[in-house]
Amino acid sequence: MKLFKVITNGIFNENPTFRLVLGTCPTLAVTTAAVNALGMGAATTFVLVGSNVVIAMLKNFIPEQVRIPAFVVVIASFVTVVQMLLKAFLPALNESLGIFIPLIVVNCIILARAESFASKNKVIPSLLDGIGIGIGFTLGLLLIASVREILGNGTIFGISVMGAAYQPALMMILAPGGFLVFGVMMALVNKISSKKGGNA
Amino acid sequence: MNLISTSSPHVRTNESVKVIMMDVLIALMPALIWAVYIFGINALLITVVSVLSAVICETAVEAFMKKPITTGDLSAVVTGILVAFNVSPAVPIWMPAIGSAFAILIVKQLFGGIGQNFMNPALGGRAFLLASWPVAMTTWVTTGTASAVSGATPLAIMKGGEAVGQLPSVWNMFIGNIGGCIGEVSALALLIGAAYLLYRGVITWRIPVSFIGTVVVLTLAFGQNPLNHIFAGGLMLGAFFMATDYSSSPITAKGQIIFGIGCGLLTAVIRVFGGYPEGVSYSILLMNVAAPLIDKFTKPRVYGEVAKSV
Repeated sequence: MKLFKVITNGIFNENPTFRLVLGTCPTLAVTTAAVNALGMGAATTFVLVGSNVVIAMLKNFIPEQVRIPAFVVVIASFVTVVQMLLKAFLPALNESLGIFIPLIVVNCIILARAESFASKNKVIPSLLDGIGIGIGFTLGLLLIASVREILGNGTIFGISVMGAAYQPALMMILAPGGFLVFGVMMALVNKISSKKGGNA
Repeated sequence: MNLISTSSPHVRTNESVKVIMMDVLIALMPALIWAVYIFGINALLITVVSVLSAVICETAVEAFMKKPITTGDLSAVVTGILVAFNVSPAVPIWMPAIGSAFAILIVKQLFGGIGQNFMNPALGGRAFLLASWPVAMTTWVTTGTASAVSGATPLAIMKGGEAVGQLPSVWNMFIGNIGGCIGEVSALALLIGAAYLLYRGVITWRIPVSFIGTVVVLTLAFGQNPLNHIFAGGLMLGAFFMATDYSSSPITAKGQIIFGIGCGLLTAVIRVFGGYPEGVSYSILLMNVAAPLIDKFTKPRVYGEVAKSV
């Protein structure tokens, strides 16, 4: 497999949000504001790249029977690092993401990539896979969060875009709005990719 | 003699979706006329905008999805009117337009169009508006006639809290001289329409009677005046015109009675113990979601089938 293709694969063909439909809990929970989505995407990407690289390096030393606990230990270490960094340097973001930062440990995107990619591939492809899937996840979150923030709050990244007369549709930043935007976007993505053909 | 060889059914009724929807439109007219009389021309304007939005959305989405255009069956017109009937006469004019668009695009067309919607589109539109703009949706106006009562709805007054005022008499509630959503205020006008639908066989008595009956029994049991509860709020509109939606209510006779009782139970519980003064729309939506389950458990035994011993 070409190395560049590993990255684009994570963004388009195996986009974790719209194609693999993994990690939907943080997808629905943190996409109330674009800045949260970006923060969550970056944190997950960091953990994903780190765990993919370490697991690809250790794959020959991890016994088959205990690989899942071993993967979780590696992932949890990186999540701890992320959480400490966020607390130290971006306390506001840490506050708004709250419980969802420690919950990256159980984010199935990361475990899925460890199990299906990093434990079967060399270090460099695993690194690139982590970057690709991480970017794909971040873009997915950002897309959903932008729509929800614009409709539900009239802003994007906190900047007002809809004018003073706009009355925000409160539901879009509540839970039902999350499901709604997620569903409609997935339908659109499927529509577009089925038109191109061959990708699905 | 013209012999045609086809599979059954061989006897067809002239009844079509269009005929049924036309009957529903006729049945909704008394309530609309009353709304215009009591709330003024604004009520008519909201209804027209809502209908236009529903019709345009239905046509546009079917053209976009390359499906047959079904706007001619009038079901979008009915949805548009029902959305307008479910909003306060004081809402900004764009709000019912968005409600109708949501009802048609999301609740109806995304799930497969007419006959496929899993919940009542108009109520889905109302729930969307209520969750998005709760303040505008619960700001009531004083009625336009000389004997106008307070802007608060009777149910809000019964609930207490911020809405204060004299509870209108049962007679005023019955004829509709009260505040509330555009189409729900006059029980009398809605009952005239409902009688027409029952006479034409468009709806059966099962859902409305079990729905309203359950509300009467339960509010009596909870120590409240059942007359206030059946004539105030959206019970008449909901029970006759929205709970009876074909595609989102059970098919079996037994199922329809269970459905009506469930709606009544939820309505009474929300009104008496819940956080909202009104519970008709949410109770119907919840029972809509339960309708496939009710159908599954009330499926009649096939003739000749032996009851299974489990």
